[in-house]
Formats: sequence, C-alpha cells, structure tokens
Amino acid sequence: MSGMVEKKGWRRVALHAGIITGIAIVCFPIYVAFVASTVTQGDLVRPPMPLLPGPHLIENYTRAIFQGYGTPVWRMLWNSLVMALGITVGKIAISIVSAYAIVYFRFPFRMFFFWMIFLTLMLPVEVRIVPTYAVAADLSLLNSYTGLILPLIASATATFLFRQLFLTIPDELVEAARIDGAGPIRFFRDILLPMSRTNIAALFVILFIYGWNQYLWPLLITTDADMNTIVMGIKHMLPTGDQTVEWPVIMATALLAMLPPVAVVLFMQRLFVKGLVESEK
Amino acid sequence: MAEIALRDIRKSYGPTEVIHGVSADIADGELIVIVGPSGCGKSTLLRMVAGLETVTAGSIAIGGRVVNDLEPRERDIAMVFQNYALYPHMSVFDNMAYGLKIAGISKSDIAAKVNDAARMLELEPYLARKPRQLSGGQRQRVAMGRAIVRSPSAFLFDEPLSNLDAKLRVQMRLEIKALQRKLGVTSLYVTHDQVEAMTLADRMIVMNEGVAEQIGTPLEVYNNPATTFVAGFIGSPPMNFLDAERLRSVLARQGPNRLDRAVTIGIRPEHVERTTVGNGLLDATVAFIEALGAETLLHLKTDAGETVVVRSANPEETVRPGERIGLKAVPDHLFAYDADGRRVASED
Amino acid sequence: MQKRVTFNNKWLPYLLLAPQIVVTIVFFFWPAGQAIYQSAFIPDPFGLSTQFVGLGNFEFLLSDPYYLSSFGTTAIFSFFVTLISMSFALWLAVMTDRVIKGSGPYRTLLVWPYAVAPAIAGVLWLFMFNPSIGILPWYLAQVGYDWNHTLNGGEAMTLVILAAAWKQISYNFLFFLAGLQSIPRSVIEAAAIDGASFWKRFRTIVFPLLAPTTFFLLVVNVVYAFFETFGVIHTITAGGPQQSTTILVYKVYADGFVGQDLGSSAAQSVILLIIVGLLTVVQFRYIERRVHY
Repeated sequence: MSGMVEKKGWRRVALHAGIITGIAIVCFPIYVAFVASTVTQGDLVRPPMPLLPGPHLIENYTRAIFQGYGTPVWRMLWNSLVMALGITVGKIAISIVSAYAIVYFRFPFRMFFFWMIFLTLMLPVEVRIVPTYAVAADLSLLNSYTGLILPLIASATATFLFRQLFLTIPDELVEAARIDGAGPIRFFRDILLPMSRTNIAALFVILFIYGWNQYLWPLLITTDADMNTIVMGIKHMLPTGDQTVEWPVIMATALLAMLPPVAVVLFMQRLFVKGLVESEK
Repeated sequence: MAEIALRDIRKSYGPTEVIHGVSADIADGELIVIVGPSGCGKSTLLRMVAGLETVTAGSIAIGGRVVNDLEPRERDIAMVFQNYALYPHMSVFDNMAYGLKIAGISKSDIAAKVNDAARMLELEPYLARKPRQLSGGQRQRVAMGRAIVRSPSAFLFDEPLSNLDAKLRVQMRLEIKALQRKLGVTSLYVTHDQVEAMTLADRMIVMNEGVAEQIGTPLEVYNNPATTFVAGFIGSPPMNFLDAERLRSVLARQGPNRLDRAVTIGIRPEHVERTTVGNGLLDATVAFIEALGAETLLHLKTDAGETVVVRSANPEETVRPGERIGLKAVPDHLFAYDADGRRVASED
Repeated sequence: MQKRVTFNNKWLPYLLLAPQIVVTIVFFFWPAGQAIYQSAFIPDPFGLSTQFVGLGNFEFLLSDPYYLSSFGTTAIFSFFVTLISMSFALWLAVMTDRVIKGSGPYRTLLVWPYAVAPAIAGVLWLFMFNPSIGILPWYLAQVGYDWNHTLNGGEAMTLVILAAAWKQISYNFLFFLAGLQSIPRSVIEAAAIDGASFWKRFRTIVFPLLAPTTFFLLVVNVVYAFFETFGVIHTITAGGPQQSTTILVYKVYADGFVGQDLGSSAAQSVILLIIVGLLTVVQFRYIERRVHY
C-alpha cells in the first residue's frame, strides 16, 4: 500500500517528522550509551549527563578492551565470536544434513526422527535450565567452548527451513544427477549445497545474531571469568547495591558487545531480512 | 548402440497396478514414441527404463543385458527431461560435463566431447553462461547436449518439447529427428502430443490406462487403429464414432456383413463425403463451419445427437449452418469396433 | 513431504541424522525427562537422599503465593511488552509505508536494534534510568517525580517492560512493513476513490488485511516475552524488588540456581514445558491456516 494515494505539503513534512521522531525514540538509548562512552565518570555522576559526545572515546574504549573489569573485553569478544560462529556453523551443518536425510531418503523411523527434531521447538533452554546444566556438568563441559556451543546447536527451525528449500528443488534435478552417475554424497556436495548458498547465507546472519546474543546459557556454564562471553560478562560489571562503577567503561563495553551483530545486520540487510522472514515460516 | 526389449512390464504402487504388462521390442537405432493422454503410464514406463522407478514385474533389457536391478548410471542411457533439469548453478559447459566428470574421464577428453556436442547443437557461444541466461530453446539444446556427450546406448526423452512455444516446438522436433538419425542412437520418446508422435516416430506405442493399445508405424496406426481409443486419440480432428445399430440396415444394403458384431462404427473426417439428403448413410444438420483456408471442417449434428466432423478439401464450402445434408462414407474406410472398443477383424 | 525419487542407502540417512539426534537426545530429551522425574522428588536438606512426593511439588507450587504471583507478573509483563512493542512498530510501519521515496534509510535505521541482545538492552535502559546518575530520573525529578526502580516494584516493572518492548520493536516493524507492502495498491486506491479517509481506509481495509501478520506477531511476541527476556530481567532488576519482576522463567532460574530448590525448579520446568507446548500448538494451527489462506 505504499504511497497511500496523494499527500502534499505539510502532510508530507508531518509524515517525515513523525518517522524521524520514531527513529529518535528507538535510537535514543543507544545514543545515550554512546555519549556516556565518550565522557568521564565525573561527567556522569553529576546529573544531568551531557547530551553531546565528549573527547574521551579512545581512552574509554582502550580501557574497556584491554582492562575491563577483571576480564579484558577483547577476551570476552573473542569468546563470543567463537561461541557465535560455533553455534552458527554447527546449527547449519547438522540441520542441512538431517534435512537432506529426511527429504531425500526413505528409511525406517524417518517420521519418528522428524517429530523428534520437531519437538525440540517446545524445549527452549530457559525451560530446562537445571537438568541441562546438570548434563553439561556431568559431561565436564563447564567452562569450555564445547559446553558453550554444543547444547545450543540442535535446531528444528533450521532443519525445517532446509527441508522446505529442498522440497522446492525439482525432482528432475535428482533424477538428472542420478543418470549422470552422482550418488547421494556427490549430489549433496555438487548440486544441493551450491543451490542452497543464499539460504545458508541468510540463515548464517540470523544464527550469528542468535549465537552472539546468548545470555542465560553462558551465564550458567562459564564460572571462569576467562570464558565469559561479552553479552553475559557485562553483567559482572554492573553495580550491585551502591557500589560505584565506571559507567563510561561499561557503556563502551555495551557498545562493543552490540557492534558485531549490528554490523552484520547493517551490511547484510537483504540476507538478514530474507533469513528472518524465512526462518519464521 | 543397442536394442531395448520390454517384457511384460508391470508397475504397482501399493495394491494399485498402473502398468498392466507392456511388451515391446525396440530395434537398434530406432526412434520409438510412446504417446498417450496424461496419466496413461507412459512416463512411468520411460522412468522404469531409465532406472528411476523400480520394475514391479517383467524385465527390461538394454543391449541384451537385463537392467532391472541396475542403477541409472549403470544402464548406459541418457535422459532429456521436460523441464530440462539443468543444474542452475553450473555453466552450460559444466552441465554437459558433469556426467563425464563423475565417470572419471580426463579433462581434455571432457573438453573435446563437450565442444563437439556444443558445435553440433550450435551452443558454442553459450558455454560459459548459466542456464537462467538462456532462452527456452537453448536450454532444451543444453539438455540434449548433456545427453549426447555421454554417447549412451539409448536416449530417453520425457516430453522434452512441452515447455516450448508452438513455433519453437516444430523446429526443435525436426532438429531432434535429424540429430537422432545422424547419431543413430536407439531412442524412447514420450509425449502426449499426437502430432509430435506422428512426425517423429519410426514406430509408436499408443498407451492408455497402463496398456499399450497399439504398436506400429505412424501410418499403420493411423490407417488401422486397433481400438476406439487409438482411433480417437490419433488424428485431428478425431475419428467420428457412430452407433452401429442404427446404421446396420443401411450398411447391409451396401455390402458384406462384417459389421455384424460391431457396436461402434468409426469414420475419419476426411472419409465422410457429402451427398443429398436420404441418399447416404445418414442425414445430419450443419451446426457450424470452420474455414481453415486449405480445408474446411463441417461440424454436423445427426438426428440421434451424435457429432460428426467432415473434412472438406473445398475451401469455399457453400453449405450454411442449419442446412440438412446427407453423408456417405468412402468405401473401405469404415472401422468397426466391438463393445470393448476393439477392432472387429474382417471375416471372410 | 518427500521426493518422488530417493536415494537407496541403508545406513547413510542414519549417519546424516546422527549428529542432530544425538545432540537432541543428550541436551533436550534427557534433561526434559530429568525435569519430569525430579519434579516428583524432594531432596533432603543435606542433599544426601531424595524422597518421592508424587505431585507434591506441584501441589506446593500451586499453593505458593510467590509462584502464583509470578504467573500474574508474567501475564502483566507479556501483555504490556506485546502491546507497546506491536503498536509502536505498527505506527512506524504505517508511516514508513506511506513514504514513497527514501523509505530505505528509514527502514535501515529502524531495523538494526534487532541485533542488540536482550541483556545489552537491559544494560542500556538500566543506565538511562539509574536512580542516581540516569538521565531520565533527573528529568523526572525536575517535574517532581522521584524515580527509583530499585525500591518501587511498579517502576521496576515499567522499566523491564520498556526495555523488553524496545528490543522487539525492530522485529515487529519489519513484519508489519512487509505485511503492509504486500497489500495490493489497487485495493487501497479503490477505497480512496470510494472516498474513504486515511483512517477509515486503515480501519476497514488495511487492518483486516494485516490480521494474519498481527496474529503471527502476537504469538511471537508472547513467546518472546515469556522465554527470551531473561537477560532483560536479570540485568535490570534480578527479579526484584520483592520479586515484583520475577517472571516464570526467571523464577525457574532463581529457585534452581540461587535457591537450590531442585524439586520445585523441576516442577516449574514441567509447567513451562506445558506452556511452550500450548504456544507451539497455537503457532502451528496458525501456520497451517496461513498455508491454506
């Protein structure tokens, strides 16, 4: 319905003004955080805080990255990156092969496995926190990258997405490949995988954000500060009670924590929208 | 090069049998067209030969070797699909080369074979393109090329021209025929288009509801349709069918009584001639007239409500809708069919 | 559901499924089973043995005023998060949709907060509303309002609702915008020719045509508010003050890890499992409808 027929003069201005107001509201918290990350602690503890950026950006970010609170932020960023990439690649890899099995093979218990994967939709980690933690502890996965990644890589959504995609690929393509002499592995590698490129990329964007933004699981599984991810590690910087903390450093950390996923969204907006819309189908 | 032998082929999906025992022998280098309406089992039959469907009963032999249990790639066949089934992410060259690559043929041999095929099909300028950058006709040629490069014992075509527009279809039809002649490869060609079947086939298999109703050269089939189905399916406009009972007295006057067991009488439109009212086999009323230029089709209604089409070579027909005319048949061109739709053999 | 032609291979499909199935069993079904099993026991105070109590944990939970009030808290929280986030996003989407040229940059500016983690959203809002140094409490103080969400339960709830709703705006905006853009222009133009004003057109044509999107987002937002806002609550209020922002998911965590009450936590897990199950069924019935739409 774009355009909504005519609109002229002040109505047009009002429309743009409305949108800009909306954007201002949406972006305000981040702007405030940005300003706070460029001033000194002294500027903040005497309210109201300034509303224009100050000159201390480099200083605050350097402190955050190399010192932080206990754990330097670079270390947490690294942990987050490993976790996010691990979850993303892991989810895509195990989902695409299981979707391949379900769509292109006929075998006993096929539907049983399908429903088993489907049911995981109903079991978010938040719901089974304690026993899942217990399993991870029993497998000595605490404070390890494996522990951060492995329990989160089962994905019904990604499996369904690939299944959906495979079902739209014409049957004749498999037949042509079989006549050309391709077996199941060759077909997967030479035909299916290259044909799924865009979907894999779109899913990558969405899953990277999902992985990076994990909070509860890293909170449970990493007790060693060196294994903290940035999204949960920032919690340890926050004041408990009336304790004073250096807000400029915390805000710099917050901005650093959102930078990678935001960059992914901005630079891959088309893939991001595609991934988002498709993974909700 | 190889002959293909089908022996009492049957196919069932669960308890439902869809192909009820088809047998045929295809000679080396022959182009056989399997024709029939959709759902008659022609594609299933072809796919069984290709190895894409299992054979429930019977045997398929290619070049004297029973292939029932062989994988498609072990059957030494190539197939052209209706939607071409080109690999969308591969260039034209890679599409044609893929099968050879899997077969482990050396790069230089692959290049030579692909280039030969491309030259033959006039695809050389397009080798680097992706399928989506090609026109329908060009894609069709790539699909052919992919089949040719493997120099198989047999080509299998599954409605390869259905996705093309009418003009291109005629052109590609001729090209396929010429190519098949030139290569001399035994070919099975499936189509629902009877014109395509007539023009391409050395021999054709007319299929209906899982049964091969008739196997023969196009002219044999056209001139002596074995069943009412074949008679109605091959030829355009289709054969006219009239109730034999009402014609019996007229026919008895005219000659031998081989039509005694007939239930249905068939006459092709070109074998009906006009005569004066009361002097022919029957009388009918002109419903409408289609002037096609070279010929004219008269659509008539008999008194019993049957439709009769008359093909008249006269481009300037003078009859008018509503006019009553008499109809007679060209002698020896009456086909008699029994209650099961089978041709009643002439008895002496 | 499946291909006409499939590959024949006895063991390969199992091999391909194995990783997903193993992870699913070890980290989903086994823990879920554990939760159900544990929900029927209470450990003794020293953790040396457990005692079978059948549905005792559930009975206890359902008569526990804290747990029951947690239900109420979750309901209020979810309702307002969904309402605020969806209506604000719809407003933005309607405006953006009306812009013919240059809606691209607007979209970009509204989309990127999607990437902010709930926990980080919590930190941002916590900072803005920090009672001693936050910018908004200072302005509120100027008009005579004394903000302190660490003491006032209502303010704490307001803050977590705002932070959680803010984080979800981008998502709702994207889907609303896509929904609006899929409405054929001709329908709108026909209504305009019939003389319908903008609001009339919106109420009688656009909004009904947007109903599938709205319903879909409703389910997604409720699921989000129930299960994905842990980070917001944990960073801003940690469930306080006096459990006033303890939603169900937070309570499972608090009772299980902080309170070490495993039987109760397991029973709560089971109850949450049932809630997720119901929500999934709703979602799927809806998706089914959308397929037939």
